[in-house]
Amino acid sequence: MKLLRELLFPLIAVVAAFIVGGIIVLLIGDNPIETYKLLIGSALSWPDGIGYTLFYATPLIFTGLAVSVAFRCGLLNIGAEGQLYVAAFATAWVGITFANLSGWILIPLACLAAILSGAVWGAIPGVLKAKFGSHEVINTIMLNFIAIALASYLTQYHYKVPSDPIMQTFEIGRQDVPAGMEALKGVNAHIPRLGSFIPGLPERIPLNVAFILALLACVLVYIFLWRTKWGYEIRATGANPTAAEYGGISVKKQIILAMAVSGALAGMVGINEVLGYRYRYYQGFSAGIGYGFTGIAVALLGRNHPIGVIFSALLFGALTRGSLFVDIFTDKVSKDLVLVLQAVIILFVAAEALFRGPFSRWGLLKRSKI
Amino acid sequence: MLELRNITKRFGEVLANDHVNITVHPGTIHAIVGENGAGKSTAMRIAYGFYTADEGEILVEGTVRQITNPHDAIALGVGMVHQHFMLVEPMTVAENIVLGAEPGTTTSLDLKKAAQRIRALSDEFKLSIDPNAIIENLSVGQQQRVELLKALYRQARLLILDEPTAVLTPQEVEEFFAILRRMREQGKTVVIITHKLSEVLAISDEVTVMRDGRVVGQVETKNTNAAELARMMVGRDVLLRIEKPPANPTDAVLSVRGLSMVAKDRNARLDNVSFDVRAGEIVGIAGVEGNGQTELIEALAGLILPPAVSGVTEFEGKNITGMNARRRKELGIAHIPEDRHRRGLLLDFDLAENSILGVHYRRPSVYLANILLDDKSIRRRSEQVIKDFDVRPPNPDLPARALSGGNQQKLIIGREFKLNPKLLLVSQPTRGVDIGAIEFIHRKLVELRDEGCAVLLVSAELEEVTALADRLLVIYHGRIVSEVDPKTTTNEEIGLLMTGGQR
Amino acid sequence: MRNIFTLALIASAIRLATPLLLAALGGLFSERAGIINIALEGLMLAGAFTAATVTHFMGVWLAPAIKNAQDAQQNWKLWLLTLIVPLVGLLAAMVAGLIVAALHAVACIRYKADQVVTGTAINILFLGIPALLSGALFESTGATPSVPVYNQLPTIPIVIAFALVPLTWYVLNRTPFGLRLRAVGENPEAADTSGVSVARVRYTGVLISGALAAIGGAYLSIGQSSLFTRDMTSGRGFIALAALIFGKWKPVQTMLACLFFGFAQAVAIQMQGVVKIPVQFIDMIPYVLTVIVLAGFIGLSRAPRALGIPYQKEK
Repeated sequence: MKLLRELLFPLIAVVAAFIVGGIIVLLIGDNPIETYKLLIGSALSWPDGIGYTLFYATPLIFTGLAVSVAFRCGLLNIGAEGQLYVAAFATAWVGITFANLSGWILIPLACLAAILSGAVWGAIPGVLKAKFGSHEVINTIMLNFIAIALASYLTQYHYKVPSDPIMQTFEIGRQDVPAGMEALKGVNAHIPRLGSFIPGLPERIPLNVAFILALLACVLVYIFLWRTKWGYEIRATGANPTAAEYGGISVKKQIILAMAVSGALAGMVGINEVLGYRYRYYQGFSAGIGYGFTGIAVALLGRNHPIGVIFSALLFGALTRGSLFVDIFTDKVSKDLVLVLQAVIILFVAAEALFRGPFSRWGLLKRSKI
Repeated sequence: MLELRNITKRFGEVLANDHVNITVHPGTIHAIVGENGAGKSTAMRIAYGFYTADEGEILVEGTVRQITNPHDAIALGVGMVHQHFMLVEPMTVAENIVLGAEPGTTTSLDLKKAAQRIRALSDEFKLSIDPNAIIENLSVGQQQRVELLKALYRQARLLILDEPTAVLTPQEVEEFFAILRRMREQGKTVVIITHKLSEVLAISDEVTVMRDGRVVGQVETKNTNAAELARMMVGRDVLLRIEKPPANPTDAVLSVRGLSMVAKDRNARLDNVSFDVRAGEIVGIAGVEGNGQTELIEALAGLILPPAVSGVTEFEGKNITGMNARRRKELGIAHIPEDRHRRGLLLDFDLAENSILGVHYRRPSVYLANILLDDKSIRRRSEQVIKDFDVRPPNPDLPARALSGGNQQKLIIGREFKLNPKLLLVSQPTRGVDIGAIEFIHRKLVELRDEGCAVLLVSAELEEVTALADRLLVIYHGRIVSEVDPKTTTNEEIGLLMTGGQR
Repeated sequence: MRNIFTLALIASAIRLATPLLLAALGGLFSERAGIINIALEGLMLAGAFTAATVTHFMGVWLAPAIKNAQDAQQNWKLWLLTLIVPLVGLLAAMVAGLIVAALHAVACIRYKADQVVTGTAINILFLGIPALLSGALFESTGATPSVPVYNQLPTIPIVIAFALVPLTWYVLNRTPFGLRLRAVGENPEAADTSGVSVARVRYTGVLISGALAAIGGAYLSIGQSSLFTRDMTSGRGFIALAALIFGKWKPVQTMLACLFFGFAQAVAIQMQGVVKIPVQFIDMIPYVLTVIVLAGFIGLSRAPRALGIPYQKEK
């Protein structure tokens, strides 16, 4: 019964969003059924559809988890975007600076850079909230812009091939390979694509080991939140900070910890992007409205639970994949339909919280205020 | 002036008002008394349109009226001063008073005119309030007078005052009563909600007594006395007496020396408090709420720390002044907080998770390098608490929210008892708890004492502290003003001390 | 270096500050009523797109009449026609802003949705909708056709923006509505018990913010430039929010903050190629300042006390 209810509201939100999207498609003058057929069909074809869907879902799993962990501590992290930019740049920086290390050292080092830099960038608004009480929402928004500007500056002035018109850094990994072995350029910093293990999945599809890492992160986040004392403390702080304090839990520490973990998870997007896909830092890589913001939708729709996050990330991954085909193969509808679907899903999920929200609040009031 | 007829109001399953009938005569001061949760405030909030009644009707000056929001009530000449002031702190007195009834036009607010009227009203009733003062800078007593002005400005003929004296010092209470009498002389009608019988006798012309959501009687003040009113309020002649053997106190477990606490607003909440609690005794703290009890318990529990508090706290001879809540708990100091929803429970967590709050980080709650939660052991612990303290329904998977107030309280008490404390800090242990559970909780507290635990008890119910405590300290304005023997001191004497009087 | 502070620079600073100021004053009305408005970005985009689209179609529709007036040398008629075209665009933008703000308001006030989440959704929505519609209307990927120079509105929004500053101050401090707005943002329960409808005041505040932010957006598309382009606000809604915080939710201070941010941008543009200060650092100024201000390093910026908290009356 409880599970049913947990599933019901997100499903309603998704269906409602598709209906609203359909109406918009109609208004634009296209056929919604054909559009959706195309959208879903192209996202689920094998191998390209599924491969790309999973690839697009990977960063969303990370950011969805990031938002969820913060949310469980009662914090809204809309700074995943900035955290993942900082982390992606840090990953690339390690890949460039230590280019000649063996892959066995370089790759873990780069991963560590992604996680740690994301954690630090995430912890900043946590510290600011814990120490000065300043609102994490405003600070994370501001830190997003700061992060993007910083990475852009470093790229443009210090890590770019000067003649390159694109805002991107050098490639990561060993570049000075012997003549005739150009294929080996940089590979010591690359993580394998899943195509190299899975028969039928071509290696050109950028789906890579980071996807496995994302699933692993879901398991770890689940264990962390519900099976460790740290998770208990974070959730207790989110549920009732004054009671947590009474239970000997330092609320300030939990705020910083939750934001750091959240940032670390967002930072892992850098692994997928830099070590698994583009092999460099590329300014503006976070597609659409940005993985960080989509992560809010993913988390909300996934009920801030790792399993829910996986499913909603897959949904948004599929939408991203399918939208490219909608863009090309319909007359009038562009890939931006996905943004509308995403926004409407968020609105409906937020609107659902209100059906339940007043209920629980009221339940509390009736006992304490008579 | 005002008549409530057969007013019934439910909050969920709780029947807050059950066919309530109250008649307030014009030009009188009418007191409504009853214990916490008797339904006094609910009835009056209905009269003011803040709640809507499920059944019944309201008559104002003899006519049945529909009052669905405060606006209606104001239009009918009904004003209300809430227990928590409804003032916008960064705004001026005048701005607060005119809010919702602004003078001038839509494009221009005439605050000067308002200020003049306010000054005139203030002079008429001798309130001495400056209309241009900012609310945040006023004392509590002044803020209350602003609330009165708010009602007077709206030409209220009937003023409803919800627990107006709870926040006032005795001098302020006297001044306040003088204001009320002046209002009566000017032809206003006043309804005053309170649970203090002395005040009822001092100020009112008529009294309505409420208990458990019902009106148990309406009498003229001059024809009644405190004993009769108390009997009506509590509904039993024989007061609840607790069977308890005499205490055998041994060594001091807790020694407090010169404990002071200054709040964020720079007001002292505790002023040089010193006392001991010995093993095997219950020390009660009696006092009107808001005299520093909350701060005292929270400071001893380690929830308020230096630099906000100063002085020395020793536990078993060890200085614990700067020690945080977790460390204190580890030493054997358990704490039953006064507000179970704010402090005591994680309402959305299940009973099992709630049963380890405070010990969630150490064995046996955790294993594997003290990191992973040990579900089996947590479940066992919660089942024991549920069984020993008769928590119903006995299901560890239920969220704490699903329990009644009494069962939530038993869960908290069970959890804290499970720590085998050497010192128990307990605040309002039976607030909002049904009779059966009250007796159970009282028995458990005495049992714990007899096992050699030191107990420090704070309760707003004087009956409760006098019945349970072996020694009684009276707190007033953050100071311990007296120590008395509860067996040989009458409640009247204690009441006097609690309000700053001398014995 | 000396010729940096020229009149042209100041003019450019004012132009750059205008959309910020309009959005920030809009945000002020919403936030002083207690509703967080991080949807300013989306509201500006909605206004910018609507203004550009409606102006374009109006211009096409009235092109023959304009041509006739030109040929017949009817100067007053020409002047009137070329003014009407963008004014209708501006009006349409305001209507669009009102509609989008109503969406935010209904979700936040009636359904008590999380104000930040709803605002984020609206920002996403108006990244998508203009792109979708421009694809359908103009077969472009997110841009509208350029409107001719004589159909642009370069000064009117500037005048509106700066005239609104004293007006906002007056409304806040010298009218019953302003009093109620402030009261509702600080202590809605107090306002409620005084007979003020919290919901009505909040709706009004959010709707005003929609209209003003949309004018700001319209100025970007048909004032500063001649068309709408994808994501053309590029974070201005958030800079406006920063200015609002930096200006402590007060109209005059907010204006100064907007002017300061506008000035920084103007300097950055002027210095391009002259001095080697990376533009990124100038871009960062508003954001870094906001973080510092919020931490309480430069005076305390206290938000309205009830900001972000839905008003739940017990029943």
